[in-house]
Amino acid sequence: MMMWARGGASGGRPLSLSEVREGRRVRVMGVNAGMGLTSRLTAMGVVPGTEVLMVSNQGAGPAVVEVRGTRLALGRGMTRKILVCGLEQAGQ
Amino acid sequence: MTPTLTVALAGNPNSGKTTIFNHLTGARQHVGNYPGVTVEKKEGVFDHRGTRVHVVDLPGTYSLTAYTEEELVARNFLIEQRPRVVADVVDASNLERNLYLAVQLLELRVPLVLVLNMSDVAERRGFAIDHRRLGELLGARVVPTVGHKGIGVGALRDAIVEVGSGHAVPEPVEVSYGREINEELAKVTPLIEADERLAATYGPRWVAVKLLEDDHQVREGVEALTAEPDAILEAAAASRRHLRRVFGESPEIVLADRRYGFISGACQEAVVHTVEARHSMSDRIDAVVMHRMVGLPLFLVLMYVVFQFTFAVGEAPTNWIEALFGWLSEGIRSLWPAGVATALRDLVCDGVIAGVGGVLTFVPYIMLLFLAIAFLEDTGYMARAAFVADRLMHRIGLHGKSFIPMLLGFGCSVPAIMATRTLDTRRDRLTTMLVVPLMSCSARFVIYTVMVGAFFADRVLVDLGVVKLRLQPVMYFTIYLIGVAIAVVAARVLRATVLRGETTPLVMELPPYRLPTVPGLLIHMWERAWMFIRKAGTVILGVSIVLWVITTYPRKERFEGAYEARLEAARRSFVEAVTALGPVLGAPPEAMRALAEAEARGSGLPALGGAPARDRLSRFLEVRDDLLKLEGGLAREVARAGVTPGAPAHGALAVHHKLRLDELRGRDPGAYDAAERYLHQILPSYRSALAEVEHAKAAELLGHSLAGRIGHAIEPALRPLGFDWKIATALIGAFAAKEVFVAQMGIVYAVGAGEANRAALRARLREDYTPLQGFCLMLFCLVSMPCVATIAATRRESGGWRWALFQLGGLTALAYVLTLVAYQFGLLLGIGA
Repeated sequence: MMMWARGGASGGRPLSLSEVREGRRVRVMGVNAGMGLTSRLTAMGVVPGTEVLMVSNQGAGPAVVEVRGTRLALGRGMTRKILVCGLEQAGQ
Repeated sequence: MTPTLTVALAGNPNSGKTTIFNHLTGARQHVGNYPGVTVEKKEGVFDHRGTRVHVVDLPGTYSLTAYTEEELVARNFLIEQRPRVVADVVDASNLERNLYLAVQLLELRVPLVLVLNMSDVAERRGFAIDHRRLGELLGARVVPTVGHKGIGVGALRDAIVEVGSGHAVPEPVEVSYGREINEELAKVTPLIEADERLAATYGPRWVAVKLLEDDHQVREGVEALTAEPDAILEAAAASRRHLRRVFGESPEIVLADRRYGFISGACQEAVVHTVEARHSMSDRIDAVVMHRMVGLPLFLVLMYVVFQFTFAVGEAPTNWIEALFGWLSEGIRSLWPAGVATALRDLVCDGVIAGVGGVLTFVPYIMLLFLAIAFLEDTGYMARAAFVADRLMHRIGLHGKSFIPMLLGFGCSVPAIMATRTLDTRRDRLTTMLVVPLMSCSARFVIYTVMVGAFFADRVLVDLGVVKLRLQPVMYFTIYLIGVAIAVVAARVLRATVLRGETTPLVMELPPYRLPTVPGLLIHMWERAWMFIRKAGTVILGVSIVLWVITTYPRKERFEGAYEARLEAARRSFVEAVTALGPVLGAPPEAMRALAEAEARGSGLPALGGAPARDRLSRFLEVRDDLLKLEGGLAREVARAGVTPGAPAHGALAVHHKLRLDELRGRDPGAYDAAERYLHQILPSYRSALAEVEHAKAAELLGHSLAGRIGHAIEPALRPLGFDWKIATALIGAFAAKEVFVAQMGIVYAVGAGEANRAALRARLREDYTPLQGFCLMLFCLVSMPCVATIAATRRESGGWRWALFQLGGLTALAYVLTLVAYQFGLLLGIGA
């Protein structure tokens, strides 16, 4: 059973983006990667505090997320390095 | 003198920057490279209100850090060249993310014109942007445009010229990073200001910000420019430590967060969301294109379409170019005054014209391929393709986008290597480029057809009734598969050794789908073709000429084979045979002899003796012509009807033909029989005797040429692979183009180079080599020495000879080892020996 803090900013337990199911909205807590990757993500709009909507997560291979109105494809390895906390269920 | 100014065009990938660039400059643009790197530099000019504006298209970037080559190039250009205006093209429908680059430009304190592109899309998506307010908040001129329709380009020109000439230059707003960071900046900035040289080069606050971000390039700049960098660097390090304690995060993340905060603030004030409209169309397409089951098959189908489009449509123009240059070469040869400067004539006709033709035959493929790629990229599909192929390609340590060049490699390595441009990182580009030649290209297929045909007689391996597994297709499939397998292993090895580094994780924007514009596609296509002709073409031409020279010179003046005597003997027996037709035709033998000698010399008919002899001879010539026409007619009818010999329809045609022949014979049996024998026996054997002599002569010439001598010289090195000097010589020729291997084998085997002589070549190969040697030859041709065009393309795309030579040497060494192992094991185990 996964618990999601609804509507609140404080969120539940941190998890990696790779574990987030499709349709969930989460907030980025931090990125566990080197400077190069972090700066790449930053340039694409992913910084701590950013809201991310998981559009497609097939359990393997890259995932698709929505960040600041754009769609991003993130490789599996990348999604494992992004720590997030739950926000709410999309559409609620 | 007209006043001139430089404007740099910055912007995110997918912001429509290229479209704006094309609209601004039209056809007045050219592509080059930034010095020392492989990043492309596009430049163009336009004249507006009496000012000549020089436009430099910076590489598309999301940011201006020093982590990617593109970002560094863009940043250095801004710092070093100090363009009078920077126009930042932003996607208005995706403002927040796009403004991140704009804020970094503001930090650099460049005069900024913000181009709100795709403002129509933004409106449709429900954003109403207050341009004036946004301009005030950022301190920049704001111009809305609709790039693909050219709307707002005039206003953009006005803004560029006005800002560039110093009128109405907005003062860039200073981004506030919050109290803590501002305090630290206030500590570091004065130290930088104290150093005039440093402050003049970069701007003190910017240096301070970058030092807080620990930007290694700026740090090096400080070390290089100041006499005592330690004070500055230590102060910056102290500030970084302090900020890390306060925020519990790296300062660069906090700074990035503040920039986004600043952007959000500006957007909240200047942008009104009218309605919440999702990009529903894109979502619907994505639901299919990126579907977990449908996505991959659909991608493969689309790739197949691109492949077919490129190589099937490109075939006809390629053949035209070949025919045109063949005709040109023949034309010049025939017009050349006889006996004058024959060496120059050969150089022009066989070396230069053939070489230029060789370069241009690639152009149709390159144009079509890049038309297809530009279409896929501009629509937005390319990003999805990379997404879909990523899982597959990730296993071999490559990026999803590598799939396209690898696939194209089956057609031709040259466009495939040029297609590696679509990859994002240099490491991925290089790895892909290096292994692309292992995909069996269409020229190698020509080699395979000869070898498989010669050594692997087609027989059924497994017969399951309906399904029969035949040997020849299995051989083709095996050799293609070996190439792919080696490529996969080689890519992994390269990634683990010379191109080591963490696999670039996929972080990629999936832009909304858009309809590409026709001029955009055409400009892109033309750019690539022209770049190929200019950069790779010259190398290919040069090497082709060198290879022509070494396969032609030194020429042999005195031949070992008594060719003249053999020619004379052939001529004599031709004349005798024709003379012997005299009684059949009912003409005096001396008249026949005169006719035969005239034909052997290729001169006109001689004055013949008496009227009766003349009469019989002209009957003979008439009937001969009629017979030729009838036979030609039959061949045409068979071809038109598309019937094969043995089919009933063919039988009907043959019966009809026979009736016409009988009719012709009935009119003059003597003349008919003589003509028939002349055409079917005497002439063919004369011709083949002549060809035999020519081929023997060509073989001796090639053996005597530099290439032949090199072939002899390297034979000992190639003997462990099962190759002799003949193969070695042909391999040298194959460097010009892989398919030349077959032509050269035809020459060394004295059967002729042409397509018509393939059966004879196969027979000769079968006599001289074992199937094992045949297989080893295929293997060696697959792996070794990519052709000169491939090397030239790699040189061009990797930015230097280093990687091109590495590719050449590496693949050849690999081929040597693999073939050696294959041959020796084959011998040991007695397979196909």
